[in-house]
Amino acid sequence: MSAKTIFSPELAARFDKLVTLYPVKRSALVPMLLYAQDEVGCISDAVVAEVAERIGISELDVRNVTSYYSMLRTKPAGKYNVQVCTNISCMLRGGNEILEHCRRRLGIGNKGVTADGMFSLEEVECIGACSWAPAAQVNYAFHENLTVDGMDKMLAEYRTRGLAEDRSKGK
Amino acid sequence: MADVTFTVDGKKLTAAAGTLLIEACRAHGIEIPAFCYYPGLSLQAACRMCVVRIEKVPKLQTACTTPVAEGMVVTTESPEIAQARKATIELLLGNHPLDCPVCDAGGECELQDMTFKYGAGESKFVEIKQHREEQQWSPVVFFDRPRCILCYRCVRVCGEGMDVWALGVQNRGAGSVIAPNKQDHLECEECGMCIDICPVGALTSGAYRYKTRPWEMSHVGTVCTHCGDGCKTTLGVRRANDGMEIVRGDNRDKSGINGDFLCIKGRYAFDFANREDRLTKPLVRQADGKLAPVSWDEAIEFAGKKLREIHEAKGGAAIGVIGSNRTTSEEAYLLQKFARTVLGTNNIDHHRTADYPAFAAALPGKAEASLRDVGSAKAILLVGNDPTEQHPGLAWQIRTNVRLNGARLYVVNHELIKLRRQATGFLKIREGDYAAAVTYLAGNDGALEGNGEATKFREALRKEESLVIVFGSEFRGREIESLVQWGSGFGNVKFACLGDYANSRGAADMGLYPDLLPGYVPVTAPAQFATEYGRMPDRPGLDLVQMFDAAERGELAALVVVGANPVARYGIDPAALRNTFIIAQDMFLTETAQLADVVFPAASLYEKSGTVTNTFGDVQLVKKAGDRAGTRSDFELTVRLAAAMGADIRKLVPFGSGGVRADFGQARGAQSGEADRHGVWLAAHNLEPKVSPFDPFAIFDEMQRLVPGYDVPRLDLLAGSDQHLRAGLVHIQLDPARKDLVWPSNDSLFSSGTLGRFSRTLHSILESRKPAETAAD
Amino acid sequence: MATLTTHPDCVPLVSYRFGKGATSIDRYLELDGYQSARKAIELGPDGIIAEMKASNLRGRGGAGFPTGLKWSFVPRQAPKPKYVLVNGDESEPGTCKDRLIFEHDPHSVIEGVIIASLAIQAKMGFIYLRGEYRYLLKIMEKAVEEAYAKGFLGKNIFGSGIDLDVVTQTGAGAYEVGEESALMESLEGKRGIPRIRPPFPAVVGLYGGPTIINNAETIATVPHIFRIGPAEYAKIGTERNGGTRLFCLSGHLERPGVYELPMGYNLKKMIYEVGGGIPRGKKLKAVVPGGSSTPVLLPEEIDIGMDFDQVGKAGSMLGSGGVVVLDETVCMVEFALRTMKFYQHESCGWCIPCREGTDWLKKSLTRLHAGGAVDKDIDNIRYLAENMLGRTFCPLGDAAAMPTIAFVKKFRKEFEDHLDGKGCPYHRAAEREPALV
Ligand SMILES: Cc1cc2nc3c(=O)[nH]c(=O)nc-3n(C[C@H](O)[C@H](O)[C@H](O)COP(=O)(O)O)c2cc1C
Ligand code: SF4
Ligand code: FES
Repeated sequence: MSAKTIFSPELAARFDKLVTLYPVKRSALVPMLLYAQDEVGCISDAVVAEVAERIGISELDVRNVTSYYSMLRTKPAGKYNVQVCTNISCMLRGGNEILEHCRRRLGIGNKGVTADGMFSLEEVECIGACSWAPAAQVNYAFHENLTVDGMDKMLAEYRTRGLAEDRSKGK
Repeated sequence: MADVTFTVDGKKLTAAAGTLLIEACRAHGIEIPAFCYYPGLSLQAACRMCVVRIEKVPKLQTACTTPVAEGMVVTTESPEIAQARKATIELLLGNHPLDCPVCDAGGECELQDMTFKYGAGESKFVEIKQHREEQQWSPVVFFDRPRCILCYRCVRVCGEGMDVWALGVQNRGAGSVIAPNKQDHLECEECGMCIDICPVGALTSGAYRYKTRPWEMSHVGTVCTHCGDGCKTTLGVRRANDGMEIVRGDNRDKSGINGDFLCIKGRYAFDFANREDRLTKPLVRQADGKLAPVSWDEAIEFAGKKLREIHEAKGGAAIGVIGSNRTTSEEAYLLQKFARTVLGTNNIDHHRTADYPAFAAALPGKAEASLRDVGSAKAILLVGNDPTEQHPGLAWQIRTNVRLNGARLYVVNHELIKLRRQATGFLKIREGDYAAAVTYLAGNDGALEGNGEATKFREALRKEESLVIVFGSEFRGREIESLVQWGSGFGNVKFACLGDYANSRGAADMGLYPDLLPGYVPVTAPAQFATEYGRMPDRPGLDLVQMFDAAERGELAALVVVGANPVARYGIDPAALRNTFIIAQDMFLTETAQLADVVFPAASLYEKSGTVTNTFGDVQLVKKAGDRAGTRSDFELTVRLAAAMGADIRKLVPFGSGGVRADFGQARGAQSGEADRHGVWLAAHNLEPKVSPFDPFAIFDEMQRLVPGYDVPRLDLLAGSDQHLRAGLVHIQLDPARKDLVWPSNDSLFSSGTLGRFSRTLHSILESRKPAETAAD
Repeated sequence: MATLTTHPDCVPLVSYRFGKGATSIDRYLELDGYQSARKAIELGPDGIIAEMKASNLRGRGGAGFPTGLKWSFVPRQAPKPKYVLVNGDESEPGTCKDRLIFEHDPHSVIEGVIIASLAIQAKMGFIYLRGEYRYLLKIMEKAVEEAYAKGFLGKNIFGSGIDLDVVTQTGAGAYEVGEESALMESLEGKRGIPRIRPPFPAVVGLYGGPTIINNAETIATVPHIFRIGPAEYAKIGTERNGGTRLFCLSGHLERPGVYELPMGYNLKKMIYEVGGGIPRGKKLKAVVPGGSSTPVLLPEEIDIGMDFDQVGKAGSMLGSGGVVVLDETVCMVEFALRTMKFYQHESCGWCIPCREGTDWLKKSLTRLHAGGAVDKDIDNIRYLAENMLGRTFCPLGDAAAMPTIAFVKKFRKEFEDHLDGKGCPYHRAAEREPALV
């Protein structure tokens, strides 16, 4: 498709292939949006425009679909998006306490982003870790059998990793 | 399909197998409530109001998705069902504002009616309702989210029906919301279909909202004054200090040739009628060269006297008449009769938008397609024109026929017109190649530089056994003849010729031509008219262009212009008319009226009664809806002018004399249509009501007698149903050298000749669109 | 890394290769992988369906529909291409089993798709994973690649002359997309709104073609049925409930985890022996036997075999196999509220009863739990739920209504305890009782 793209060459190439996998191009829409978000950070107007063009549907159609799926967001999240499950199995084993703890630790509310953009916090529905509750996902990584202290360690590790990355990028 | 028999509420019913239960019941007078179901749109089963009990089925079923089956036993009302519906309404009312008294849809709200029926009076919830600010999505479309019940009708009518797809659904669950295509606003055809179809007050129209309460209006079914499709529109009118004000246009009355449809013009562009700069006093040019208001008597006397003097001094040859595309056929007929028998001239013409005479010459022995025919044809060939912009009503009928009946559409055009999206075949040609395209389709491969597409197109088309051929003003004279000749090769074929305005066809049929009498009867061989009209000129007069040339040469002493603006349309140099005495009848002080010596304030098509004929030859009744104090119908004006000239009115208008059987109600100035109903009854009983010379029906009688094709069933016409012209145009030979003088107006969805600029709504859209941009494609 | 937990009563069938490195195709082949596919090719469509029927396998997605029967509904001749769609959207709270299968034995899913495709003569299969399972997407995509490389997928699979393509798809966060018709919409790039049925997917499904949709565990079970033989498989379970099931034990248990147990295994034993009983010496208060949408059971109701029919008789459902155990410290109003919060969040919003019903139930339960409710609110909650039941466009409405009705019915006293305006009594208690962290 058109040479000009807002995506990295790798992702653009992946999309070129993706639309060919299905009986209809449009089947690639949901994956495309998710992969685009992973790279761009959110479903920006630019993403909407290019995805619409690649698939050959209207921007309205893309927005209708985007707004349906809870993982797709139109505003950027933190570098590390901490998603704490509070659904029944996790709730029974302290999911709410974990969430509350993160709120205090990070000083942000649900869907909030820390000032330095390092973390964002989200209360989420069941993520499929019920037997290893309480559980959370950071970006796509699962963290299970959480404890308050374990949570603290985890956040600390992510912060150091994040700072390191930023520094290396800085260089 | 075969019929099946089933039982509903104990009654044995039959319907075609596969019919939806909800439709089958409606057909038998059993009303099943529904919000999301809408005939002709895709099924949703979302509102769950139509639930019914079907024997041997565990759960309640939605009647809107259940096809009737042999032996099916259905209950549509029971405590269980009533409870289910009540609960649904309670849920809706949970967050729906209960301020019906100030809601724009109050009194016309399906939710209100359902609440009344199933009584969900007291709210089960104490939580406060979520309020959200109302949004304006376009000059005409407003959205009030809390009122929306998410029936998705608007989304479907915009997408499936209009092929615009400007509305969507966003978010999910309780957060679901209808969204416009440009995030915070709409970019669309502004047809207002979404508003009309909204069962509640969620979508309201900028043109109407909060102006009045529905029950304060009376509703008059009439015909849109804009394009040549002639959609039926229902005007809501109410008393105003200067007459009857039109406050709304809609098409709740779906019996018209437009079915569910109205475009922005039919729905909103009536507003020109309410402008304060309407002419309401006769104007006469004074010694100081300025136009000044004078009394009606003075103006009429003066105009009549001048005309008589000029007529006596220079004869009819020195007088010209230009008629209108938007007056009624009665008025057009009367005008040409006045020109020919009173002014004694054939110098009469109008702004021609299609070569109807050539069509009339080619048609005898073949059939003309009504707009309804287009809506039911198995296959349609559209050559030229862009109906989406110029004939929205036709475009709707074509889309609907393709969508619901699987009709096949073939499009030949030099542009990538939007209707190609519905087309089975699309043949792109060069602008000058229309005649060539026909020759090509006729089998002459040389005619077009043949590409594979063209051959495929021709092959597919050849397979059609029955066809409706619709062609635009790209076709004139001989080209029409050859198109019709070639087309007649198809087994069962009908033709339609596209012209531009509400009554362009009527104007043509009524002989607003220098060389043709009503019904395209040549002035040189006046046949029945000779005896009826008595003395009249027998050589063709000057056409519109020649009239202005004559004026320039100082040979046109007087010009009567009725509902037309030739000065602007043809870019006439005012100087050319220096020595011509001009009488203008118009609603506004147009470029032409500004040059006139006498200006008469005329009533609009929405303020008079009579008939109009759309470009498909469908004759329809227009009814007086609005009323602007100080204006007169063009019919009355012509009669008064003739009288002031000393003409014998009884010759001109056979009022009160034999044959006149009913009254359009104009004489009684009825808005309610009451008088028309009287008219129907009187007509039915061959009784003669009081008929004044200003009663167009007086002349309608004569029209029906003299104009070939116009002897349509009068009662049905009066009952407000469209009547297709009877085939039977006389066979006429047109002089091959005849100039067609066709000048298409190329109006867009948001323009309408001179009238368009007087519509605030159309104007506001064009403003909001700068830099110009039209409907989503 | 999620792992299987075991107990002497466990029967490792679906989990036979778990933790044995079967993610690599070579290891999978050593563990007699892709043998069943070859058998299936021999058997041909009718043979396959016959064996599936004989196995008494019932869908593991929740409804427990007999799989062989479902496959037999697909017309032999169809104008449009046929498809197999694996439902890996696993989103029912309390359920985390499909995840283990994708993680430990991706090829069993592929092999299952192959067999299902052979059965209905489909040329294309889709494996739909919920968006949150992103790490599994990599595993599945790699496995699919390997299968292509070996010639088990693509043109002329196993040299049989049959073609089959498989695509792994990801969702992006939506429980409703687990509903089979919404799943198809999502796979077609649309909002996850269910479809009007009839027509059913077996006749008109993906892209308008006949489609069979099965839960991931169902599909992953198929190769094992052909591995040990349908009769053997059927024997493991109870009458009309063949084989084993991955049960997800969660909540107040000493040893929560995913265990593979025979169908019909006693629920009480599952809790006290397999799951190790209730921690901290607390008393059992209630059990949600099959995921959040199944009606709650009281301690005196749990001495039942865990198969679709017996749990059904007990007034609940086996559902997705998520067994959630609640001890005496749990506030049932809060639990009901959290459950409803989920359905309110996940309702697709298409139909009025579900969209508005879940929203008002959430609001009412919130108010009740906060102590802001009056007597009639309790009846109103039940009224709302009962008027949703069976009236919605898809079963999500029922999934929200059924547990709610059960909570009010079985724990009305607790609901009434919230009317004193002092807020939740359990929360006051909880000040003293820290949650299990
Ligand atoms: C709201 C809702 C959510 C569902 N979610 C899932 C799911 O996450 N995974 C699944 O396999 N089936 C789910 N189902 C059941 C599917 O609709 C379908 O019955 C199932 O995938 C069929 O596979 P099976 O016959 O192997 O059980 C859901 C059903 C409903 C009504
Ligand atoms: S399509 Fe033509 S006739 Fe119909 S409403 Fe629009 S302008 Fe009027
Ligand atoms: S009309 Fe049947 S569900 Fe809306």
